[in-house]
Amino acid sequence: MKQEYTISLFTEDHIGILSRITLILTRRQINIESITASESAVKGVQMLTMVVTTTPDMVNKVATQIEKLVDVIKVFVHTSPEIICQEIALYKVTSRGLMSGSMIGDLVRKHHARILEVTPEYIVVEKSGNRAEITDLLAVLEPCGVLQFVRSGRIAVTRQVKELNAYLKEMEEAERGGPEKLEVYN
Amino acid sequence: MKEKTKTAGGQDMNNYEAEVTGAEALLKCLIEEGVDTIFGYPGGAIMPVYDKLLDYSDRLRHILTRHEQGAAHAAQAYAMVTGRPGVCFATSGPGATNLVTGIANAFLDSVPVVFITAQVTSGLIGTDAFQETDILGISTPVTKWNAQVKKAADIPDTIARAFYIARSGRPGPVLVDISKDAQFENLSYSYRKCTYIRSYNPVIPLHIRDIESAAVMINHADKPLILAGHGVILSGAADELKALAEKGGIPVAATLLGLPAFPQRHRLFAGMLGMHGNYAPNVLTNQADLIIAIGMRFDDRVTGNLKKYAPEARIIHIEIDKAEINKNVRVDLEINNDAREVLTALLPLLREKSREKWIREFRILDRVEYEKVIRPETEPGEGEIRMGEVVNTVSDITEGDAVIVTDVGQHQMAVARYYRFSEKSILVTSGGMGTMGFGLPASLGAASGNPGKPVIAFIGDGGFQMTLQELGTIMQYQIPVKIILLNNSFLGMVRQWQEMFFNGRYASTEMVNPDFVALAGAYGIQARSVTRREELSQAVGTMLAAEGPFLVEVAIGREANILPMVEPGASVSEVTLTYR
Ligand SMILES: Cc1ncc(C[n+]2csc(CCOP(=O)(O)OP(=O)(O)O)c2C)c(N)n1
Repeated sequence: MKQEYTISLFTEDHIGILSRITLILTRRQINIESITASESAVKGVQMLTMVVTTTPDMVNKVATQIEKLVDVIKVFVHTSPEIICQEIALYKVTSRGLMSGSMIGDLVRKHHARILEVTPEYIVVEKSGNRAEITDLLAVLEPCGVLQFVRSGRIAVTRQVKELNAYLKEMEEAERGGPEKLEVYN
Repeated sequence: MKEKTKTAGGQDMNNYEAEVTGAEALLKCLIEEGVDTIFGYPGGAIMPVYDKLLDYSDRLRHILTRHEQGAAHAAQAYAMVTGRPGVCFATSGPGATNLVTGIANAFLDSVPVVFITAQVTSGLIGTDAFQETDILGISTPVTKWNAQVKKAADIPDTIARAFYIARSGRPGPVLVDISKDAQFENLSYSYRKCTYIRSYNPVIPLHIRDIESAAVMINHADKPLILAGHGVILSGAADELKALAEKGGIPVAATLLGLPAFPQRHRLFAGMLGMHGNYAPNVLTNQADLIIAIGMRFDDRVTGNLKKYAPEARIIHIEIDKAEINKNVRVDLEINNDAREVLTALLPLLREKSREKWIREFRILDRVEYEKVIRPETEPGEGEIRMGEVVNTVSDITEGDAVIVTDVGQHQMAVARYYRFSEKSILVTSGGMGTMGFGLPASLGAASGNPGKPVIAFIGDGGFQMTLQELGTIMQYQIPVKIILLNNSFLGMVRQWQEMFFNGRYASTEMVNPDFVALAGAYGIQARSVTRREELSQAVGTMLAAEGPFLVEVAIGREANILPMVEPGASVSEVTLTYR
């Protein structure tokens, strides 16, 4: 059964790494629904957040293929309950439409939106939230005349407690432990 | 690490850290990595490097192939024979794109090759300058890693990384693209080998619990079967594999590239797996109650129809590349680690068993295959010469002590089936890609690695004509390769498929061929042609006794087929033994 996954991954800042990652997904016919690149909490480490819809089996296959790339540090695959995620949207709406009635007040209150700019011709509204909330607001604004609409890719942090730094430390320790050492797990 | 020891007058050139150009730094780095041979082809953008090569010709031998694809295949074969990364140079643009088949071939067969391409001057990159191609973009899907260098100072670290990545973990090709201005630019040279990259950790801790589980599963199995792949050879685990198989009384089947991982005269050798593999291991894969897959990746040519693959078996997968585990076949126990380490840890936990009843099942099916396929192929006695008998003759004479190179097609399968590989054999063949034209350049690359044993290349008339210009390279450097050209005047393997699956409609598979003996003669290479089986062993003997390169062309029956065959879509247990 296909479902939505958020793939968060950490990479070194190596030119071409994004292309290697997307190649793995395109070979498997997986569409990237959104993608956001940014720096992470660790200096020099880049973070990519991608949203894809696929089967559990396939998401695991591509995640291990991505993690195998030389410049990829760590890949996490999450379903919605495991993460806190947001997208941000901007709506440019005709002033005429929006000024009628108590629209503006409603907006700010009910949808937790913000007004960024007001001119005689248009008003720019900003809203962050999950995809459904952003789509809801678009539906509300549509009758007022939406001139432009843009939504960012998803950004997400995990609910898990172990942070990337801890993984990096483990990886470095494992390396220093050397190949001969047997690690006993009980 | 940067020690600048200035000696007066600079007598000691090695310690004296002079400023060198990027081109010279590259060559120094290669020497530090133990490189002694480079295969390549010059051109505008890489001329600064070639110029410096003249100054280093005492330490770096450059072999000028006749095409960059040939250089790439030769470098791969060199790596397969020496166990050290191969090195290949090409210029920008067409030089670089001509490498692509060779890079992809090394990638699919996990062979470490460091490709160095030149790039136009950095200021011109991205402007569609003369002979500029985006080789980084083009090679991305077929390299383990690649990088571009535009500053001379970055050359040593990038080369160090390239070698480390190419040879560690699951090996593979890497590519470093160096702009022309970086080759000219000066840097103060110092070199430090790469031993660690944070985001890439090829050393995996061994989980002893998994080893114990594997031992329990093996000890309790009645019909275990080992599938040995190229990974066994790459990790140097052939001795461990033999010890394990002998202690547990476990039959060993091999993939194409895994064939030399286990001596074929051994009573536990079960044969080759897959499409044109042996009868017993294919049929019995589906009766085994435990499959122990080592350093192999369940390629579709090995598994046949996945839905009907190994239904009775639990599967243990020992594999260094985690992404290969559960990719094609769901496994019951995964051991993501180096084959040699795992087998070493596993051996003491194994119970001694003989499993005679299970092994007898292989022998019974072997008998069937021998009568129906092997004997008629290797000892036909009359009629047209068959590929199997040629391979068999070479196998008898060399007794496994040879580097066997093949091209791709029917003859490749004949070699895989009828050459009896031993601990002393090295097999150089194109597995994952099935690249026609691989054989001839690979043979000269293999022989350049000084393997201390004859290098014998079996090549079809089709594949030979894809890269035959490398006869020029063989002539120029007097490389002692022994070429056996199996001439059926057809693209044999495709013709076989046309016969079996396309109603015998031979669309564009028949070949009008040149006089190959005269062609070899034009290159000053000794050659003779064999048309009668009585001449065969004598011709092979003459070829092997000759000093330099030698070509023997054998006229093969035009419409012979390679059997058995697991037909496309069929299960391995439905292997066809006879056709017509
Ligand atoms: C570069 C390339 N092109 C096409 C093929 C498809 N192909 C596979 S085997 C084969 C026929 C090979 O004929 P030949 O070299 O004469 O060898 P034979 O099968 O007769 O032994 C072809 C065309 C290939 N493997 N590689």
